[in-house]
Amino acid sequence: MSTETLLHVENLKKHFPIYKGVIRRQVGAVHAVDGVGFDIYKGETLGLVGESGCGKSTTGRTILRLYKPTAGKIIYDGVDLASLSEREMRKMRRKIQIIFQDPYASLNPRKTVADIVGEPLVVHKLAKGKEIQERVTELLSLVGLNPAFANRYPHEFSGGQRQRIGIARALALQPDLVICDEPISALDVSIQAQVINLLEDLQEEFGLTYLFIAHDLSMVRHISDRVAVMYLGVIVELAEREELYERPLHPYSQALLSAVPIPDPVAEENRKRILLEGDVPSPINPPSGCRFHTRCPIAESICSEERPEWREVKPKHFVACHLVEA
Amino acid sequence: MLNQILDVKGLETRFRTDEGIVHAVNGVSFTVDEGETIGIVGESGCGKSVTMLSVLRLIPTPPGMIAGGTAEFYGQDLLKLQEEEMRHIRGAQISMIFQDPMTSLNPVLTIGKQLTEPMLLHLNMTQEKADEKAAELLEMVGISGASERLKDYPHQFSGGMRQRVMIAMALSCNPKVLIADEPTTALDVTIQAQFIDLVKRLQKNLGMAIIWITHDLGVIAGLAKRMMVMYGGSFIEEADVKELYANPQHPYTIGLLGSLPRLDGKHSERLVSIDGLPPVLYEPPTSCPFAPRCEFVIDKCLKENPILEEFSPKHRVACWVDISTGRSR
Repeated sequence: MSTETLLHVENLKKHFPIYKGVIRRQVGAVHAVDGVGFDIYKGETLGLVGESGCGKSTTGRTILRLYKPTAGKIIYDGVDLASLSEREMRKMRRKIQIIFQDPYASLNPRKTVADIVGEPLVVHKLAKGKEIQERVTELLSLVGLNPAFANRYPHEFSGGQRQRIGIARALALQPDLVICDEPISALDVSIQAQVINLLEDLQEEFGLTYLFIAHDLSMVRHISDRVAVMYLGVIVELAEREELYERPLHPYSQALLSAVPIPDPVAEENRKRILLEGDVPSPINPPSGCRFHTRCPIAESICSEERPEWREVKPKHFVACHLVEA
Repeated sequence: MLNQILDVKGLETRFRTDEGIVHAVNGVSFTVDEGETIGIVGESGCGKSVTMLSVLRLIPTPPGMIAGGTAEFYGQDLLKLQEEEMRHIRGAQISMIFQDPMTSLNPVLTIGKQLTEPMLLHLNMTQEKADEKAAELLEMVGISGASERLKDYPHQFSGGMRQRVMIAMALSCNPKVLIADEPTTALDVTIQAQFIDLVKRLQKNLGMAIIWITHDLGVIAGLAKRMMVMYGGSFIEEADVKELYANPQHPYTIGLLGSLPRLDGKHSERLVSIDGLPPVLYEPPTSCPFAPRCEFVIDKCLKENPILEEFSPKHRVACWVDISTGRSR
């Protein structure tokens, strides 16, 4: 893993407007992503974890400009993606691709696998006729599917196989960065391992960089080099994998990690859980100051008044919390 | 020795579909003691939910059909009861909570109405008494302002709260057995931790037995004492939880445990993956249903379906192969 930055995200915001009434006046906004920043290094896997609704998928999609960012910079190869026109952005998508969560909804049911996997090549005019066919055959074998199935339709495949089709499509353009948006959460346990192993093999073979978005903290530990924890639209902690899982500093990361069950009854017996009170607040009216102060077991008055600064408290370990000592 | 309250033997359930008859549950047997927690673990489609739905006679018939077996609850075979008699057991003596708290509550009835219904029906309570008990129940599952919230509708509750309402409802008539069918699958981990903590406390106070169905080997590790692993409509391994995790004997159980990365970072660099897919059984199994995916497979596996046999005291496994030698037992 190098430390050459491939993608730099700075103060990224995505607010979804809420309209009401006859004249569709904007009455508010869902602050889905509210000032997120991080770097992704070339060849690494950055894990982005958090619970549902914390904005992790929105972050991934906004980087790819599937949503137009409300504010912030997305610097890729010296270019700010946030400022590009649609046409310019489309060219950039050759370098950044995405694998979606739901292998049932993300493949067009009326297209054959060959059409689906070959479409990026057609759109970007990278191949024609026979070449496309050859490339599709190559891609399908690469992801472990029998190329003889190229003329079948998505419904003829299982969930794990469909996810392989999604991966083949993402790789068709030979991207540098692949955003994996919960690629395994719709799959059964024994199938999850198949897909994860495939992603790891592909990374090694092609030097891919992954942004791996997931809520399964054990899987994120397994696949990531560094991990960022998100809560209600902001990143609260970012560190290298071992550091984050062994020595989490933010009270939310601590609670989140303590809540994950370990498949080992002996280890489970000796664990202490930090149980959080209540539910995640609404991102329409996020709490003032630190977003987490309403559920934080150690919150003080400053936490509700001031937004905590993003600090490097230890080398390569970043935290946004007033109460964490350096 | 605790009292045995549920004794299921040789349960078989089938579904008629356009493609043929699906043999969803094939001769499943288990017992439940008073106040104990057992886990049934398996992947989607393995028959774990259908097993418990069959015991409660909640299988839609047709297309479903319970083709054989007995399910004795305090010595009374549930599978032979009249529907009317069954109704007195369901919800009162044995109750069930489901995976999806969004769809298992009626969206047009208030929480209070839904919570009091089983008590009015089974315990012959007056409406006032039931309302009072309902508020107590909500309080018990940690929903504050309970008497006010009884007037609310399900959409006014979050996912975790709805699952709390579901368990309040399931426990309203003091059942002897609570069947929990993946109740935390739709919940976030921090909410899941709250919910499991709640269930453990409730069990301590009320003493019901719990049958917890899940695909999550992590959840079961911290919850159950005894567990069964299900594959292709049969139990393939059964043991105390600690024994099973420390010393799994069935190749499927071994694969399943190896395919899980661990939060505490123990385990290898590469996940063990089980090739292939779980089966859909259009024929009654005449060979081991796991054989096509099994790395230990021997001739016998393709000729005869193994049944659960004792491996060590309280540890049973359905496999022809001794995995320590790779040869037939």
